[in-house]
Amino acid sequence: MEPNDDRATLLNSPSAHPPRAPGLDNQTLPLFSAKHAREDFPALNQEVNGQPLTYLDSGATALKPQCVIDAVSGVYGRDCANVHRGVHTLSQRATAAYEGTRDKVQGFLGASAREEILFTRGTTEGVNLVASSYGQHALGEGDEVLITALEHHSNIVPWQLACERAGAKLVVAPITDSGEVLLEDFCAKLTERTKVAAFAHVSNALGTVLPVEEMTHAAHDAGAVVLIDGAQGAPHLHVDVEELGCDFYAFSAHKLYAPTGVGVLYGRRALLEAMPPYQGGGDMIDRVTFERTTYNDLPYKFEAGTPNIAGVIGLGAALDYLQRLGPLGIEAHERAVLEYASDALGDIRGLRVVGDAPSKVAVISFVMEGAHPNDIGEILDQHGVAIRTGHHCAQPVMDRFSVPATARMSLGLYNTREDIDALLRGLHAVKKLFS
Amino acid sequence: MSDLADEPASIEDLVESFELLDDWQDRYGYLIELGRELPAFPEDARVAENKVKGCMSQVWLIAEPVDPESGVLRFRADSDAHIARGLVAILLTIFSGHSPQQILDTDPRPVFARLGLDKHLSMGRSNGLLSMVGKIKQIAAAAS
Repeated sequence: MEPNDDRATLLNSPSAHPPRAPGLDNQTLPLFSAKHAREDFPALNQEVNGQPLTYLDSGATALKPQCVIDAVSGVYGRDCANVHRGVHTLSQRATAAYEGTRDKVQGFLGASAREEILFTRGTTEGVNLVASSYGQHALGEGDEVLITALEHHSNIVPWQLACERAGAKLVVAPITDSGEVLLEDFCAKLTERTKVAAFAHVSNALGTVLPVEEMTHAAHDAGAVVLIDGAQGAPHLHVDVEELGCDFYAFSAHKLYAPTGVGVLYGRRALLEAMPPYQGGGDMIDRVTFERTTYNDLPYKFEAGTPNIAGVIGLGAALDYLQRLGPLGIEAHERAVLEYASDALGDIRGLRVVGDAPSKVAVISFVMEGAHPNDIGEILDQHGVAIRTGHHCAQPVMDRFSVPATARMSLGLYNTREDIDALLRGLHAVKKLFS
Repeated sequence: MSDLADEPASIEDLVESFELLDDWQDRYGYLIELGRELPAFPEDARVAENKVKGCMSQVWLIAEPVDPESGVLRFRADSDAHIARGLVAILLTIFSGHSPQQILDTDPRPVFARLGLDKHLSMGRSNGLLSMVGKIKQIAAAAS
């Protein structure tokens, strides 16, 4: 099918009405149409290997809507100035947009104060900041850091480094054969020595949603502070850090339809105030002499150097965009597409889904008999279908399920059942080639 | 660069076979077949030190003992992915059975370009093949 015809059909088709989620009252469900939203993503309007692009790799990075591209381009084309430094008009405009994003993020996460929102380079830097700074502040010989067996390397290695520095011990809560973290297994690993519990909101490799609220309460009862790796959670689930009760929540802008190189770390104010600075440099200081330096107030104490101004402003545009579309409607739509995909993939003989927890979002990891995940990815690419293949920076998860790698499809708000159908056509070609 | 006409006939055979196949499914099918025909890789050589560092599929490579008379180097290699194994087979056809100097002088990219497989040897491809070429050349440099 010609992609242009396809788009026209999509727009005119009666099925372009917003999806209805089961159990939600139609009157309260925000209107959301993925087929209309697709129009906002210019990258979708292209062919790959002669086929219309089917992008099922939003777990790696989400595509960017035109409004985000325009916001970034507007910074470089008009309001190009450094922030927090100038009295001139351009600098004031840039600062207002940059700090305006902080307010939007505060609203997005339900944080009680804007000072609790730190801009980072991404989830990885957020975790490193906490592991390094809070680790230095609170971890000592014999203390324990508790993580889970489904963490991304970014929520393992920073803690290994922090534990090595402090003489502390890294403890791992197991996962079940379905890829779940059971609350009882997690609680069994909590001791009075547990100083930090760090876990994913959603597993990047399996899509499992963790019982983060209950885990947070349990960790707090044991006297530990809690960091949630929200890289795969924030793009798909409603997040309210006050409701969750967590002490830190980190996510990446680029998985939330915003530019790469920007992330957010939410941190509880009292903890951030007690923690030593992570990096030294411009903007994070109050007064510098060669004898002694005093530090700036939150959040600037943790934002050394010129930040990714355009990226942060792009994040602001992405949050506005998501707000306009309606997060609840997006969530319901993604759930419906995931269900459709799960059923369809489950019907393919010789295909095994890795991780079938009852509560999952946006991700299906799988392996196929006779074909390596890279083979799958390569043949799908010939069909214009983009998925991720490999260990997904979660080698312990691969070891747990005794696979070297998996193929992973992941959803964004723009994915439709037609995308899943394209994936299925590709997978049938894979079966034909490798059987 | 060595003249491709001096290469063993099998390279020309490969090019000819690829030219006969006009859709990508058939070409991939043939590539997978080439991989299947690769001589079995010794199980005891499937160890970390023989692994070529590549991000996604695993590739193993060893050089067999050098023929003391001719100095000719022979390689054996394998991958756990079918398409990568086919590409490995092509690389072995290009490099195996040549003197260290010939190996150092050979650029595999023109052959891959003629086969329409050049994207597999590009930097954007993290399948370990580029690293495999690097490792082959390293071995050749050490032997020359």
